[in-house]
Amino acid sequence: MEGHSVSPWVAVAYLIAGVCFILALRGLSSPATSRRGNRYGMLGMGIAVVTTLVTHQIASLPEILVAIAIGGAIGFVIARRIKMTDMPQLVAAFHSLVGLAAVLVAAAAFLNPEAFGILGANGNILPVSRVEMALGVAIGAITFSGSVIAFAKLNGNMSGAPILLPGRHVINLGTLAAILVLTALFAHSGAAGPGENPLFWVIVGLAFAIGFLLIIPIGGADMPVVVSMLNSYSGWAAAAMGFTLHNTAMIVTGALVGSSGAILSYIMCRAMNRSFLSVIAGGFGADAGAASGGEAKEQRPWKRGSAEDAAFLMKEAESVIIIPGYGMAVAQAQHVLREMADQLKKHGVGVKYAIHPVAGRMPGHMNVLLAEANVPYDEVFELEDINGEFAQCDVAFIIGANDVVNPAARTDKTSPIYGMPVFDVEKAKTIFFVKRSMGGQGYAGVDNDVFYMDQTMMLLADAKKMVEDINKALAE
Amino acid sequence: MDFVSILSIFVLACFVGYYVVWSVTPALHTPLMAVTNAISSVIVVGALVASAASGSPIGKWLGLGAVVLASVNIFGGFAVTERMLAMYKKKDRK
Repeated sequence: MEGHSVSPWVAVAYLIAGVCFILALRGLSSPATSRRGNRYGMLGMGIAVVTTLVTHQIASLPEILVAIAIGGAIGFVIARRIKMTDMPQLVAAFHSLVGLAAVLVAAAAFLNPEAFGILGANGNILPVSRVEMALGVAIGAITFSGSVIAFAKLNGNMSGAPILLPGRHVINLGTLAAILVLTALFAHSGAAGPGENPLFWVIVGLAFAIGFLLIIPIGGADMPVVVSMLNSYSGWAAAAMGFTLHNTAMIVTGALVGSSGAILSYIMCRAMNRSFLSVIAGGFGADAGAASGGEAKEQRPWKRGSAEDAAFLMKEAESVIIIPGYGMAVAQAQHVLREMADQLKKHGVGVKYAIHPVAGRMPGHMNVLLAEANVPYDEVFELEDINGEFAQCDVAFIIGANDVVNPAARTDKTSPIYGMPVFDVEKAKTIFFVKRSMGGQGYAGVDNDVFYMDQTMMLLADAKKMVEDINKALAE
Repeated sequence: MDFVSILSIFVLACFVGYYVVWSVTPALHTPLMAVTNAISSVIVVGALVASAASGSPIGKWLGLGAVVLASVNIFGGFAVTERMLAMYKKKDRK
């Protein structure tokens, strides 16, 4: 039982690794301490890997080092090359790797339980280990196939539109129940030797299928929740393998990552006023799209502004609040936007950025995109911290956002976004709304009263082009 | 370690996770996901155990495959987190 009867020093080393991971997350409470936190994470991983290597009689060290070198080189190159707008896909892809690694490890433990110290005296795998193993492999497989679908949807390999199978709730619940029943059978079965019971592979197959089925009905707008949720699953998969291996570092990490993903999912759901269950049930985006396509829209008067108008009014303003949305990032306008803010600051204008929790494609995405464009993080504010300031602000500059400034979320109970927390932009003296055309609408597919307000000027153009024109006008 | 002591560690770690994650500033939620991704690859410990063991050649190759996947995540996850965190700068007050 080599895996279990380890010296206390080894257990202490894994515990230290676990503490390093806690400190890594703790560092993220402020950008000032975040990099030190990341170093703690690397240290913890180093301790865990070295401890494992020195405490096992390694017959295959060269192969292992080659495997680490191959994986490490691939990971490093990807990390250096990835565009910040593509972060959600990257994170989804990385989740899928954790999931698949968990499946491979669980399969290896199933075939060679002796190495993992989970073989009982009678030559059978211990029943409790069989439960942990089955749950670990199931969560890992769900994480893998779910993340692959999330990646394909985010990366545009697959349409973001929800795919709704008839009777999908019955199929999904039935499959989940089947996995649990098979896990119980697997634990109680007499055929319990290494690699003996084929039920293990049935569980793997069903779990791959359910991961796929769970994510295909979820629309593109809900992907931030899905990515957070898969983050959570990858943690639970690691924790389940930690139970199998009786390894403190894995259990602590799994619990940390699991809670982290769960909390981020909760924050995203709250920011969209959607319940977690309704996101998982899927279909959002399909109904709303159909509804808005059918009804004839009344013509309401709106004002069109020019880059010169915007430059003139913002130059004279005392304070400007910029509300960027994902459309800004799609147009790659973040750098010219920061130049605009720099010019305004030279004219003595106070500039702040207001970020909605769902402004990007994943939690905190917009903050990263602005940071990449050298926007100082102390000029960037969260929804609840800045919403009180619109009443005193001269100009609200909305660029690439729509649903997050829609007052219907507060007033119109029939609106699909009703109840979602939004910015009180209509309290600003002047509103500039940068938008490609009057036709396109936000994700929820609803009209926005802000377009038609007296103090609103629509700046209809590509976001980057419009901001460049404003910059030219400001420079004159 | 018996099952109950492992379970105790797990439950307590969930509480630690809950409080630590709520203290993460929303501006750093994307780096949070990248770094949690990297550390969940601690599953590499299991992969190493599988690769190191003799006895089951298939088990060994599965383990080596898992080492490759987890290494992509470890190096990629920490490197991309480092890259993002380096971009967060304060206002320079000249």
